[in-house]
Amino acid sequence: MLDQSPEKLVQVKDLKMYFPIHTGLFRSHTGDVKAVDGVSFDIIKGETLGLVGESGCGKSTVGRALLRLYDPTAGQVIIDGEDIATLSPEALRKKRPQMQMVFQDPQASLNPRMTLAAIIGEPLEEHTNWTRDRKTERIYELMDAVGLNRRFANRFPHEFSGGQRQRIGIARALALNPKFIVCDEPIAALDVSIQAQVVNLLEDLQAKFGLTYLFISHDLSMVRHIADRVAVMYLGRIAELSPRDALFARPLHPYAEALLSAVPEPDPNLEATRQRIILQGDVPSPANPPKGCNFCTRCPKAFDLCHAEKPQLQEVEPGRLVACHLFTPNNPAAGSTGGAEATEHNQQGETR
Amino acid sequence: MADLAAPVLDVRGLKTVFQTRGGEVHAVNSVSFHLERGELLGVVGESGSGKSVTMMSLIGLLPSPPADVRAGSVMLGDRDLLKISAAELQAVRGAKVGFVFQDPMTSLNPVFTVGMQIMEPLRRHMGLSKAQAETRAVELLELVGISDARKRLKAYPHQFSGGMRQRVMIAIALACDPDVLIADEPTTALDVTIQAQILELVKELRRKLGMAIIWITHDLGVIAGIADRVMVMYGGQVVEQAPVKELFGNPQHPYTRALLKTIPSLTGERADRLQVIEGQPPIMTAAPTACPFRDRCAQAFDRCARENPLRRAIDGREVGRGHDVACHWTPEVAHA
Repeated sequence: MLDQSPEKLVQVKDLKMYFPIHTGLFRSHTGDVKAVDGVSFDIIKGETLGLVGESGCGKSTVGRALLRLYDPTAGQVIIDGEDIATLSPEALRKKRPQMQMVFQDPQASLNPRMTLAAIIGEPLEEHTNWTRDRKTERIYELMDAVGLNRRFANRFPHEFSGGQRQRIGIARALALNPKFIVCDEPIAALDVSIQAQVVNLLEDLQAKFGLTYLFISHDLSMVRHIADRVAVMYLGRIAELSPRDALFARPLHPYAEALLSAVPEPDPNLEATRQRIILQGDVPSPANPPKGCNFCTRCPKAFDLCHAEKPQLQEVEPGRLVACHLFTPNNPAAGSTGGAEATEHNQQGETR
Repeated sequence: MADLAAPVLDVRGLKTVFQTRGGEVHAVNSVSFHLERGELLGVVGESGSGKSVTMMSLIGLLPSPPADVRAGSVMLGDRDLLKISAAELQAVRGAKVGFVFQDPMTSLNPVFTVGMQIMEPLRRHMGLSKAQAETRAVELLELVGISDARKRLKAYPHQFSGGMRQRVMIAIALACDPDVLIADEPTTALDVTIQAQILELVKELRRKLGMAIIWITHDLGVIAGIADRVMVMYGGQVVEQAPVKELFGNPQHPYTRALLKTIPSLTGERADRLQVIEGQPPIMTAAPTACPFRDRCAQAFDRCARENPLRRAIDGREVGRGHDVACHWTPEVAHA
């Protein structure tokens, strides 16, 4: 695994994250919730990869497994040359400063009994042996960077508004100069008028510190604003991974198409004429995904092959990866799953 | 009463105050609006703008204390809902006014079957027998697009998905043919593809039943698609009110304009940087003596800090009937 070109910061290969289901008196293992079921993608240094999908599609699980907040069931997560899925606890701890997370709910992810300075300084306590003065200097520096007044250093989280709390969470994530930050729905809990403030801040920090983001969100218009490339997930798998402009101009996967058409636009004239694809039914349970393509139960374009075989993610246009049989000219005999997965990686390697 | 031109609901000068340990919070300040027959009125605002509290005040859903509905009138037909007894109000809720809440899981009772919960208002308000209520419940479930309705009556809420639960909530709200349906962020907890299903359903129900709806949301996209008329709330008061196309095409209040600009577009041009509304929404600890938006407003001038602007029509029509805005700023101010 030393073949990656230097510009790829994160490489995810066939990541699987199953949560076991235990039932009965003896809690025997009777099945798995396949939250993430074979996901592969790369994130290039300095870019923002948007990860979108509906609730339960596994996007947050991908984010957490990527930082090994969960131990993945299978697959590789190579961050800056090291496969963190198999690192020893001690080596992982040394790796942690490079990869950080901003959580959805700034209320729940900040300890209410710690002051702002203690919260932002905690990673420094944990990973550095700096002097007290140096730490304080760094805390002030971080507060300046995220636009928090230095006077607030000794206040508690409840004294801040939602937007300010999210700034505290971002400052904490930045404390150790990370290379890679997973932003898990960082604006979902904020008011519309505050969301733009936080998104602009994330963009400024990216430019200033050369950060790489995985931006997980269900807000497609915000993802269109912030992301360079976008991965659309459905039921534990990536349906489409495309450059932002190409995806929003012309989604290829039927699910991506339906998802984009479902988002209401704040324009009454447009809304009156827009043709919407209304998907029937609900997302199937990830404990019991359908045979064949995960989307075949709701797909308006499904045909026989879709109910029989899982489509693999493959490059159908330069830089655009789609997992859909509509784009596979009849080649079901093209070999075993292993073979198909191998080509998938090769093609991903060629992206960009 | 038989006057068909009269609005179904007419609210004037509604004022709701909460008594909290930290003092009073003036959540709703002199809110006036009306709802025409068959109309869908969209109410937009951020959290804390008073949009939900306004609607809950109308039909006495706020516990008192801490809430205190201090002034105003709420005319539903020829009755003032703020003056009638608790028992009468209870008869109005469900029978005359249906309510759909944001979170369908917490608003359905998990220990009763869906059928029992739909039949409860039918038996209580309309006095139907059990068999009649069951027939009607099946009709209602079919109306909101739930297949295999008779069997589903015996199911419990946890056996339904989020979108299905919201359909059940709508069925319950529609059970007694209410004059007014109040929907408080009914699609906020749902995924976009499910939201699209519910929005389609509401459009279809309006075609079939022609009822009047108040739809509360913070999502301007949803409003653009379904509303006839929109009311924008900020700091507990109505800052702008207009027909939907007029509001989106010709927004007047600086807050409405900023709000429309701060949302990135899905199909239009992509801006390099998002427009920001600086600062925080206010917490109204006293009756307002100044414009609640002045601290965040780019056009604020001295009068905004002295005097809370009243709603004024900009198209010469009566306030509430055409396009009105609560803002001191006019082009003349810029030239002065």
